[in-house]
Amino acid sequence: MNIRRINALLNKEIKSLYRVPATLFLAILFPIVLTGAFGLAFGGGSAIGNSTYTVGIVDLDNTVWSEYFIGNISENEVFVNTSYSDSETGENDLAQGKISALIVIPTDFGASIDSYWLNSTNPSTWTNVTVELFVDQGSLIASSAIPPLIQQLLFTTLYGESATNAPQSPIRLGNPAEVDSEHTTQFDLMAPGMFAFAAIFITMIVADAFTEQRSKGLLRRIQLTPTSPSEVILSSMLANMATAILQVGIVFAVASLLGFKSQAELTGLLLSFIMVMLLALISVGFGLIAASLAKTPGAATGISFIFILPQMFFGTFVPGSSDIGQLVPSYYVTDALTSILLRGAAITSETVIYDLLVLIVYCIVVIIVGIGIFAKFGREK
Amino acid sequence: MKQNGIKVQNLFKKFGDFTAVNDLSFEVKSGELFGLLGPNGAGKTTAISIMTGLLEPTSGTAFVGGFDIKSHINEIRKLIGVCPQEPAFYPYLTGRENVELFGNLHNVPKKVLKQRTEELLELVGLVEGATRRAGNYSGGMIRRISLVMALINDPEIAFLDEPTVAMDPQSRRATWGFVKNLKERNKTVILTTHYIEEAEALCDRVGIIDEGKIIALNTPQALMQEHNANDLEGVFLKITGKKIRE
Ligand SMILES: Nc1ncnc2c1ncn2[C@@H]1O[C@H](COP(=O)(O)OP(=O)(O)OP(=O)(O)O)[C@@H](O)[C@H]1O
Ligand SMILES: [Mg+2]
Repeated sequence: MNIRRINALLNKEIKSLYRVPATLFLAILFPIVLTGAFGLAFGGGSAIGNSTYTVGIVDLDNTVWSEYFIGNISENEVFVNTSYSDSETGENDLAQGKISALIVIPTDFGASIDSYWLNSTNPSTWTNVTVELFVDQGSLIASSAIPPLIQQLLFTTLYGESATNAPQSPIRLGNPAEVDSEHTTQFDLMAPGMFAFAAIFITMIVADAFTEQRSKGLLRRIQLTPTSPSEVILSSMLANMATAILQVGIVFAVASLLGFKSQAELTGLLLSFIMVMLLALISVGFGLIAASLAKTPGAATGISFIFILPQMFFGTFVPGSSDIGQLVPSYYVTDALTSILLRGAAITSETVIYDLLVLIVYCIVVIIVGIGIFAKFGREK
Repeated sequence: MKQNGIKVQNLFKKFGDFTAVNDLSFEVKSGELFGLLGPNGAGKTTAISIMTGLLEPTSGTAFVGGFDIKSHINEIRKLIGVCPQEPAFYPYLTGRENVELFGNLHNVPKKVLKQRTEELLELVGLVEGATRRAGNYSGGMIRRISLVMALINDPEIAFLDEPTVAMDPQSRRATWGFVKNLKERNKTVILTTHYIEEAEALCDRVGIIDEGKIIALNTPQALMQEHNANDLEGVFLKITGKKIRE
């Protein structure tokens, strides 16, 4: 290992990053465009789009007020109502995915509103109640979009259409999930996956760089100098970690601009960062494997997708099955970052530590296998 | 005294059934400019690839600078400079950056590298072109920058695989001067070519190679005398009944 050589190779890699249009696009512009596009489409609370949700309602109150609230819900174009006589049947249907949410209006709902209007300035005289809300945890859209909307309808029911600022209220909406749904947009839920998303594509950058250098005779030419293969691979790793650092910065900046708020503390941010770096290293390993299997640079791009697509569909914000997700490394990054950035989970929490350990093991294995396969099959074609 | 010669003994290289190098044996003395002259497909590049450790021989051995290619390739790589037949360079780097990259890979001291880069660029007439990306170079410029990349470590033993192919006559003369300069500084040079004039003008001794075999080896003068020919083309014709270049 010679620092000067590694430095020279690293320097060359960094230059390719901004001088080769294809690399520049994949490494830098792509994350900006991606984050920007999703941010504009799903950010800022306008997460609903054109879809409608079936909401089950259990009215234990049966007063004019509860009927008025139900009326408000059914008037909203996003919701379709079905009513249940008891909450158990409703929860059952929710569990089976027949409805997206279940609202339970408590017995004292009407009485509570009456008590508010009787003496709206004196909270001590109010009857306080909680409207229970259950949301389908399996649906990102339902769990993020429905609670704020119901909250808003509840607000209208209580204070009327014209009310603008939220005064104190005797009626509370039960917390549907661990996440602070009032501020969580669809985009917020996607953001952790975006950090992983960008790093996944490093596989393609690496596979392409190595097959290009091989087909142009550059790997051979480097081999004719005292440079060792480990110096070449290490410099590629360093360069791509630098790329990942840049990507994290870009995704974070663009996402923040578009309203993403991280709940993480400094240690959480640091760990998130480390996890994306681990994913970047894993991507380098996959890139080496793809370059070894491919005969030409074009084939390398194709083979890279074998590593990219499953990670994209099962391990980022792109909806897919999370059972299969457990097999791909990006899943663990997204999972941990969701806990850290969205829920403000401590870095010592069980999920985060588990995710980190899986990633570290994954990283070691993929790098060793990648270097081994490349040394054996990848240097000459 | 430094031992910078080359010794090749009974070298064979087979690709499947095809024998590309067929019982090749020769010696290059320290400080000698040795030419391998032969038609396309004769096995010149294959022989160089074996001597520089890019290909393993099917059988036989070779020593470069006194080191066995099989066991001491890392030592050999510190001594040699190789100009490949297909010039390899990074198109997104400038000419100078390509040269400096390879200087760094050879661990040439920083100061020396800077000075030598300028000298060599001047010698091949690429001082102005050196700031442009190599991807935009003409064929001849690519050849010249590739030569500079090969010699940036001022190697004791230089392998030049058809260094003047695709060069205009001026560049070719300049390159010849360049190669002669290496010899004057007592470097060992092995040069492959299928240009008769080049072999005659430059080489101390020429090995004529055909179908993987050395069919004649001597100084150009001695070869012409021996075979009663006016030039090396005639020598080749007399021995094989073919022309070097059809
Ligand atoms: N990797 C390989 N696999 C199969 N055959 C090969 C391989 N490399 C070279 N050959 C064959 O070996 C023979 C010698 O090739 P080589 O490149 O050494 O010739 P050369 O003398 O350098 O020719 P030229 O003047 O065209 O450069 C050719 O017939 C070539 O097709
Ligand atoms: Mg050749």
